[in-house]
Order: sequence, then structure tokens, then C-alpha cells
Amino acid sequence: MTDTILDVRGLSVDIATAGGVLHAVRDISLKVERGKTLCVVGESGCGKSMTSLAIMDLLPKGARRSAAALSFAGEDLSRAPGKRFNALRGNRMAMIFQEPMTALNPAYTIGDQLAEPYRLHRGASAAQARDRAVYLLDKVGIASPAERLGQYPHQLSGGLRQRVMIAMALMCEPELLIADEPTTALDVTIQAQILRLLADLQKEFGVAIMLITHDLGVVARIADRVAVMYAGQVVEEGPAAALFSDPRHPYTRGLLDCIPVPGRTARGGRLGAIPGVVPSLVGEVHGCSFRDRCPHARPVCAEDPPAREVDGHRWRCILEKAA
Amino acid sequence: MIAYIVKRLGLALLVALAVSALAFFLIRLSGDVATAIAGEGARQEDLDIIRQTYGLDRPLVVQYLSWLWQTLRGDFGTSIYFKTDVSSLVLAKLPVTLLLGLTSLLFALVISIPLGVLAAVYSNSWIDRLALGVAVVGQALPNFFFALCLVMLFSITLRWLPVSGSSTWLHFVMPTIALGYYVAPAFMRLIRAGMIEVLSADYIRTARAKGLPARTVIFKHALRNAVVPVVALTAVQLGFLLGGSVVIETIFALDGLGYLAYQSITYKDFPVMQVIVLLLSVIYVLLTLASDIANAWLDPRIRVA
Repeated sequence: MTDTILDVRGLSVDIATAGGVLHAVRDISLKVERGKTLCVVGESGCGKSMTSLAIMDLLPKGARRSAAALSFAGEDLSRAPGKRFNALRGNRMAMIFQEPMTALNPAYTIGDQLAEPYRLHRGASAAQARDRAVYLLDKVGIASPAERLGQYPHQLSGGLRQRVMIAMALMCEPELLIADEPTTALDVTIQAQILRLLADLQKEFGVAIMLITHDLGVVARIADRVAVMYAGQVVEEGPAAALFSDPRHPYTRGLLDCIPVPGRTARGGRLGAIPGVVPSLVGEVHGCSFRDRCPHARPVCAEDPPAREVDGHRWRCILEKAA
Repeated sequence: MIAYIVKRLGLALLVALAVSALAFFLIRLSGDVATAIAGEGARQEDLDIIRQTYGLDRPLVVQYLSWLWQTLRGDFGTSIYFKTDVSSLVLAKLPVTLLLGLTSLLFALVISIPLGVLAAVYSNSWIDRLALGVAVVGQALPNFFFALCLVMLFSITLRWLPVSGSSTWLHFVMPTIALGYYVAPAFMRLIRAGMIEVLSADYIRTARAKGLPARTVIFKHALRNAVVPVVALTAVQLGFLLGGSVVIETIFALDGLGYLAYQSITYKDFPVMQVIVLLLSVIYVLLTLASDIANAWLDPRIRVA
């Protein structure tokens, strides 16, 4: 399939801890189409970030990736050496992070850091890289971009730094941009601006975006497809419209119930909340990991739930229809 | 940046002035100048004459001010023991000590930077433990003892290097190793600690996410940030080097300022002592100034402060 830029199958991430092996990501499969947006949602610690780092081969020491297939633009990278990833990262696949305040190197100017991937991957001259940097800083909505090149990260606000990070990620016109909670650390007004910016850039450059977030409001606005992660697994995945209007997994339903909707949520009434906590992922994990918190749990949930699919809408639950 | 340098320069001048006063009064506390000149058991009349001739009967503050005035005009007085001009005496020895300080510092950095970086990149591996061992030995071993070990090995057993003197570059090899190894451990531990902290920083992940090769990530993005405290330490360590050069130069009879300091203390040669203390302090202050400026260049956030 030529229109799939990223096809991940059977991805797992194991982290060695003092208490045993932590199965942070368990056998997940994801697909990102060219020029489209996949949102990965889930609460903290569900393995969203580990998934994105595993795809970029940026896992921290002690974390190990295994995958049946990790196919980028048709090339399987699941057994590719680090050098192959170095050639792709910052070039054809780029990433932006949650913490714009600390993601830029304090010792180098914005211009130097922006130029770096372009010069490395494209062999461009300093002048060419500079022109490209000015062009992109302008594209991400930074005023007087030429003057910004000589500035250091500490002279910029968080919102500006995240715009610089986005410009840096786009230097080599990547086919895939992974954004790991890019707006979490920013003010609400800046969040909206950054998201609009990502959507605009996607339209202009045709870059596929994999957006990691726990904000369902964000997902509703920009996602083409949504993957819901829980305890290291993708429990439901499908087109955004179908998933929001007809959630099949009780966890997805629980998440949607947590969002207040003007007009529908009764004034003064309590918002939905999912009782209980995420189970430990250390050691062997069997059965549906949501069963301890699920209102529909029954004995059969102790076994691995069946994978179901209707019209490209996939979920893992004993329930066939929406609960 | 200019304002920052001017501010630092003013501070450095004040520190140098304070040090000159300290040097003067502390040395006066250590003994009587007139006795030193006249020798032990001199008659009281002789001492009085000497006091009058050298102006030692005046109040100490007046003596200090006149000494300071003369020093500022470049008149460092006459050596009691060598009977020559102090300035020409000191200037003749200074290059040897500066050369030794520089080569030792270079030697220390050349072994401590790669070892520190390796220890951080492969932390808790055998490389880290080896580096730790090298550091502990360097810190625990008194430098005069290590110097004597070097003499035993290279001069007596292997007969590769001359034992003492300062006529050829070969004479500088052992003093450089002895003095450099004495200050290297502090650098190494600091670089290791700094690198370990910096390597887990978000911007290192960003650098890797750009597809940069490991050596660029380590040496461009990490080391530059880890090296900031090292520059400050360099100034302090150079102070240790200048102090340590007294011992090392004496052992190897290297004809430098350290050896001269040792001689002037032995012969109670006050004018020489004073000038050496002042000169070493001023060098130290200037080095601190240079390290501040270098830090401001390395870490742009300091410049505004």
C-alpha cells in the first residue's frame, strides 16, 4: 500500500526495572496514512510516549523494542541498525516533544539548531540552511524570523520555542511528524494556536501526523483516525467520527463521559469518572486489563478479549455492540 | 557582553588590591625583616640602623602604602639574599613556571576530558570503574611521592629522562605529569557528573531526534553544556598548580618561580616572597576573570546577569 507512511505491527516495549520486566507497550498495531492525522489517546502511563519513542528508535537505556513489523514508507525498520534510523530521523521522520522549555539546547542559537538537520541530511550550505530556516520560521508564524536566528532559546517564550521545534522538525520536509503532547506544557490560548498551526502545515506540506495526547477536545478537532491506548495496549482504533459517535470499548466510553459538553452535561451535576487505577504492567499480564474498572466485567474477561472489527473500526472486548 | 567584562574587571582589581594588603601583612607577621637582613644574634644598634634605612620604623600601614606605591610604579625592591633587583629575578623565573603550569593543565585536560566523557557515556561499566580508579589514585597520592615514583621509573630504572634541571623540554616531562595528574581527578569527576546529567536532558533527545550521529550529540550538544563548570574549576585548579609548583619545582630543581619561592622562604627574603605572592595572586585573579568571560561565552544565559 503506497498511501500508508507508517505501519506498525505487534510492537512491544519492555523495560527492565528493579521489580521485574515492565511491559510498557504490549503487542500494538498502528497505521498512519500519508497526509493524515492519527491521534493516540490515553491516560498517563498507558504507553503512548513509549510507543512514539520506539518508532523513532529513541527509547531510553534499559527499554527494549520488539516488533513484528515497523514499516516506514514501505521499508521494514524493525531490525534496522541505529545508523539507518539516524539517516531517517530529522529527515523523513521528525518528532516534537512535550517540553518546549527544555527541548532546545541552551548553548546554541536558534539558527544553528534549525540549520543542523538540513545541513546534515541535505548537505546544504550555511546560507541555504539559513534561508530555509527563515522561510520555515515565517511559516510557523514567528515575526521577524531573520532576527530570531541569532537568539538563544532562553530569550524565547514557551509558545515560540514550540514553534521553533516545529520549524526544526519540518526543515527536511518529513513525511511523518510525531508530536508527543506538543501543547501540554503551554497556555490554553497558545495550545489552540499550535494545534491550528499543525493542521495548517499538514494541509500545506502534506505531512502525516501522529499526535500523542490525552486531550480528547484536541482529538475531536484534528484527528482523521484515533487509537485509544490503555495499559500498554490499543483497546480501540478507528475513524475519528465513528469512534466519537459510536465508541465500542467501555474504556473509550468512560473517557468520553469525562468530558463536559455544554448543553448536555447537567449544570451542577457530576462529571463521569472511571473508578479504580491502571493495573501494574510488571510481570505477566493476562486477560482484559480494564476488567477491574469495567462496569461490564464478567468472569470471561480474565481471558484475552477477542479482537473485533467493523468497517475499519477495531476494538478488543467481549462486547460486540456499544455498551 | 562588554558591560559584563567591565564589571568583572573592576571586581578583579579590587580583589587584587585586597590580596596585596593580605600578602604584605601576613608576611610581616611571619617574622622580623630587620633580623632577617642582619642575621641571627645581631646587635640592637645594627637592627635600629637597618630599621631606619629600610623605613621599617614607620607604622605598618605607611610601610604598606609606600610599598604599594613603589610596586605600582614597577619598583619591586632589592632581594636581601640575591642582592639583585627583584623584578629581574622574578621575570627571569616566571616563564618556566608559566610553561609548567600550562603544560600540566593541558596534560590534565587531555587525560580527564576523554576519561570523564567515556565514564559518563559508559557509566557503571568497566571503563567507568577504571576511570574512577585512576582518579582515586591521583587524588590520594601526595604529589611529591608520585614525583619520586616517576623519578625511580623513568630516570633511575629506564634512564629515559633527566632527574633535575630545566635546560631542555625533556626536563619538563616528569614535572608536567606529576603536577597534571595531581589536578586531573577533579576535572574528570566533574566532567563525568556533568555529562551524566546533560546526557539525560531533553535537548539531547532532540539532538538524537534530528538524526545526528552519536559523536556530534556527545561532543557538540552534551560536552559544551557539561564543560561550563569545568571552566570555572580550571581557574581554581590553576591556583593549585601554582601552589603545587613550589613542591614539584623544588623536587626537580626546575628553575622557576616555585623554586624561587622555596628559596626565598628558606632565606627569609621578604621582598622576593612578597612579590611572588602578589604576582601569583594577580595571575590567579586574571585567570578567574578569564574563566568568567569564557563561561559567559559558553553559556549565553550568564551574559545578561
